[in-house]
Amino acid sequence: MELSILIFLSSGLFLGWALGANDAANVFGTAVGTRMVSWIMAAVICSIFVVLGAVISGAGTSHTLGKLGAITALPGAFMTALAAAISVYVMTKAGLAVSTSQAIVGGIIGWNLFSGQPTDTKILLTIASTWLICPVLAAVIAVILYKALRVTLRHAQLHLVRTDAYLRLGLLLAGAFGAYALGANNIANVVGVFIPASPFPELRLGGLTFSSTQQLFLFGGLAIAAGVLTYSKRVMMTVGGGLGRISPTAAFVAVVSHSIVLFAFASRGLEAWLLEMGLPTIPLVPVSSSQAVVGAVVGIAILQGAAGIRWRVLGTIVLGWMATPVLAGVICFLGLYFLQNVFTQKVF
Amino acid sequence: MSRMKKFRLFGRTRQLEGQIDDFLDKLSESTVMFRLGVRTYLNEGANGEFEQKLMAVNALESDADTLRRNIEKELYTHTLIPDARGDVLGLIETLDHVMNLFEGVLWAISIEKPDIPEEFTPGFKKLTDMVVQAADALVLAARAFFRTPHAVAGHNHKVIIYEKEADKISTRLKRDIFGSDLDLAHKMHLRNFVEQIDNVADWAEDVADRLAIYAIKRTV
Repeated sequence: MELSILIFLSSGLFLGWALGANDAANVFGTAVGTRMVSWIMAAVICSIFVVLGAVISGAGTSHTLGKLGAITALPGAFMTALAAAISVYVMTKAGLAVSTSQAIVGGIIGWNLFSGQPTDTKILLTIASTWLICPVLAAVIAVILYKALRVTLRHAQLHLVRTDAYLRLGLLLAGAFGAYALGANNIANVVGVFIPASPFPELRLGGLTFSSTQQLFLFGGLAIAAGVLTYSKRVMMTVGGGLGRISPTAAFVAVVSHSIVLFAFASRGLEAWLLEMGLPTIPLVPVSSSQAVVGAVVGIAILQGAAGIRWRVLGTIVLGWMATPVLAGVICFLGLYFLQNVFTQKVF
Repeated sequence: MSRMKKFRLFGRTRQLEGQIDDFLDKLSESTVMFRLGVRTYLNEGANGEFEQKLMAVNALESDADTLRRNIEKELYTHTLIPDARGDVLGLIETLDHVMNLFEGVLWAISIEKPDIPEEFTPGFKKLTDMVVQAADALVLAARAFFRTPHAVAGHNHKVIIYEKEADKISTRLKRDIFGSDLDLAHKMHLRNFVEQIDNVADWAEDVADRLAIYAIKRTV
């Protein structure tokens, strides 16, 4: 592989690393923060399942992003991912809630504008509407699950110690599912823009064939895993405080709801099943893991009388929501201009 | 997580669950032994049977201490029930003190051998019964805390009723003692025992109050 290819891929890998460092906390943060699961156990499980989710189920959301803007030149893809990564970094530093999904969409639109490609407004609207639906859906699922779990626990009359042990196992399983869903849903953000310009040839290992895209996903997945293993500990430890004190039961429900939502927006299997049943399908769109988990926690808080909600925090989330894609789009547009005119790279 | 680890995790859970249940069984048994011990003394004096009950309460208290230490160690070494372990430890320690109080009363009787005139024995019996009922209701409340926290309030309510009744009985008994012809030293000796026995119900009420908060925390 040429060195230049690695350099161009580096922005996507950096974005992947940032995603792993931040979003692993959505999956395992409450479990680790409440000391129900040790960090090392969480990090290892999260890393493995995020890679599996990316490689096995990552294609659906990437396809949608590809429809929004098929970036054909590697330097263009580099700048799009870099613009998203910079936006994520800047917004995080500014203390605003940030989503890599929104950043990458902003970046792609920036590329579309620069290259003169039309942006499919129908796809854009579908994507933007899922950003609204995602936290709401997570909240609804969380409310239903929380009520069901409370009724079940009340009737099961389990010993406190046993409930604790089951919750621990539940948090691990939910975390594994959450990591898989995160990998499947968000891998498109990390390396999706590189697909049309993917430099990897098809790889055959024994009887298995790995497509060029799957190899890209593997790289992206490993970058996310690296983020989880190197930088997620502190984020996980503080996430409990950020969301307010929640019980392990609520933590479990929040993670499961988050994971169901991310999986629903990523699963081609579910899409095929819904089609078969004649039901409306769920668009395969990368959504924000953070917003899903915040939606779930808010749902549970509303169920408990909304006393625990910090509306100011919710306000900053909405602000970050609108600012992220705009910022990424502007950075991408300017960056492409430099890349084309200063570094004489072919960006489309 | 490997199968072995999972298996061990639930093995430890079962063991801890068993230890907590055992601890509450010891407390429950000690209420029976305490009642029998006091009754034996009131009916027959400090005979062999009384000493046997005292030794039984003594042994139960010692076993409960060992269990309490194991539970504490298990909870903290393996960071189990992180959100409720402080409450569980508080509960176990305060329940353990109920047994200490039982033991203290029986030891005092064994050592001091108070001379209780026949006219006061029905009062002492009533007081002992009421105190034991308060402790029994507390054990039920504690058991409920671990499995059915919403049921704690019902048991707690009974603890409070029994405690109030025990207070009334002890006040009446003390009034009767001091209204009698006994000499002052004798009166004060008897009053000491009334207060020591009544103290168990007071303590049970204090524990019930704490338990009410723990239970609310669990049901929220």
